[in-house]
Amino acid sequence: MTSESTSRTTLSGLAQNALQMTEVRKVYTMGDGSEVVALHNATLTVGADEIVALVGPSGSGKTTLCSIAGGILSASGGSVAVGGQDITHFSERQLTRFRQERVGFVFQSVNLVPFLNARENLLVVDEMGKRTGAAARERADQLLHELGLADRAKNLPGQLSGGQRQRVAIGRALMNDPALVLFDEPTSALDTQLGEQVMELIRTEMKSRGTAAIVVTHDERITSYCDRSVHITDGVLQA
Amino acid sequence: MKLALRELRRRPGRFVTATVIMSLIAMLLMFLGSLLDGLISSSTGAIRAQQGDVIVYSSTSQASFARSRIEPAQRSVIADVPGVEHVGGIGLAQLGARIPGNDLRDLAGVALFGVEIAPRGVEALPRFGEAYADEILRAAGVEVGMEILLGPARSPITIIGFVSDTNFSGQAGLWTTEDTWRSVLSANRPDAQVAGDVFQALLVRTTPDTDPAALAMAIDLATAGATRSLSIPDAIDAIPGVTEQQATFNQIIGVTVVIAVVVIALFFALLTVERTGLYGVLAALGARARTLFAGVIVQALVVTTIACVISAALLVAANFAIPPGSIPLDVTPTRLISSTVLLLIAAVAGCAFSLRRILRIDPASAIGSAS
Repeated sequence: MTSESTSRTTLSGLAQNALQMTEVRKVYTMGDGSEVVALHNATLTVGADEIVALVGPSGSGKTTLCSIAGGILSASGGSVAVGGQDITHFSERQLTRFRQERVGFVFQSVNLVPFLNARENLLVVDEMGKRTGAAARERADQLLHELGLADRAKNLPGQLSGGQRQRVAIGRALMNDPALVLFDEPTSALDTQLGEQVMELIRTEMKSRGTAAIVVTHDERITSYCDRSVHITDGVLQA
Repeated sequence: MKLALRELRRRPGRFVTATVIMSLIAMLLMFLGSLLDGLISSSTGAIRAQQGDVIVYSSTSQASFARSRIEPAQRSVIADVPGVEHVGGIGLAQLGARIPGNDLRDLAGVALFGVEIAPRGVEALPRFGEAYADEILRAAGVEVGMEILLGPARSPITIIGFVSDTNFSGQAGLWTTEDTWRSVLSANRPDAQVAGDVFQALLVRTTPDTDPAALAMAIDLATAGATRSLSIPDAIDAIPGVTEQQATFNQIIGVTVVIAVVVIALFFALLTVERTGLYGVLAALGARARTLFAGVIVQALVVTTIACVISAALLVAANFAIPPGSIPLDVTPTRLISSTVLLLIAAVAGCAFSLRRILRIDPASAIGSAS
């Protein structure tokens, strides 16, 4: 294969996939000068509407991988493209803009802004980014309606149940119409029944929008809600 | 920024402590400033009221009326200096005044000025034995037509009207003619009396387009250094004690501002530490450090503004409640606004201590953490 055809293949792949990580390495330099490799040549492709479970024990590297995919960390080597956009060599500033516009996050303990109501928690994404104003308000209302939270729009997080808070967090992650949503242990703080409901909701919402997602978890039970599972151990991906 | 304002609105309790402390600091700052203004005003009003441009003292007087003497020969020389339009003599006697109706031992401090050029507020000089009084004496019970007695000799002076802001060295200004002044001075302070045509100082009015400071130098040159001439602003600064008062108060005000910086710095540094998790989440969502820092500054400015408004309102109310003349408090919009501006600058400076911590916010902290 010539270098030109390789390039063409890569560009084609970038256009089709929500995430294309190729030979990604992440190395941390410790205080004493020694190096710790958190991610070993990880290659992962996530299709445009695919839901992938990233499973691994604590310290296995799944947070690092997720952070690189979401533009929070830069890779030490390899290449990363999200929604067809190569972010490998993005500066801090470019990564900040990328996060504003191209990815969604649902954090482990939901992490809604406690003094903002449900609608405002969605709108905070717009306030941090493009500031589209009326269009953002319309999208927030639409998302809240689709997530069954229209009547809870004015409620503060403290006035919502765990499941409702999780739905608000999903709504927030979808506000910027992302190519990829990263779910960080979305069920870890929930009981089994609620966890299953949340995973069902995630699957429904992602599939209905054709949005790709990576669900970081150490709970094998929730992998059944994903299209496929990828295991990671000691920074090494095992498909 | 919206986020910061919403937090203030929705969680006012978090900012109560800082607002209360800043209100107390603002109150102290405004009170000290107003007290300084009041003290300076009550010390310098008589000089500011002069309808002239230069005051001429004798060179060894250290700008003190009591120590200064200007001979007629010097006056003639001064009158001939180019740029001098008019010259008028000034004499001062600082005495205690007995006011009818008050206890005999309850003396009001007065500064009796004998002048040839009427000060601001006095259309025509009074007749012998009469004087215009500064309105601060109203609080002591003085009324128009009342006869007050000055000094140990109890020299009678009839008050024929009031003028405002004409006090000197904290004593109420009394404005009379030079012959009344000479009479009162010789009766009460025979050691300090001056010859019939000698004054303690001269007030010089310049011709149009003459620079008072330059004229002051020309006068001193013309008198071969026998005089010390000062423009009105310089004469105000030269009043014994004024500069020292200003320096002392400004140092206290400076320390108060530093305390304000420390309070704001500590409060918002603690708040920033407390919000590290939230800031991590916001940074992961795409918030820039400058957006987060702007939010901190906005909150500090709002807290400080609220504190200043509360303090200003309390000080204005207190000013109305304080009996006139008891405390030389001069509450002015200028002082309240300048104190507010000073504290707002202090608030921004205080926030700067949180900047480093905000710049170090790691969006990765939002991932893989339950906190």
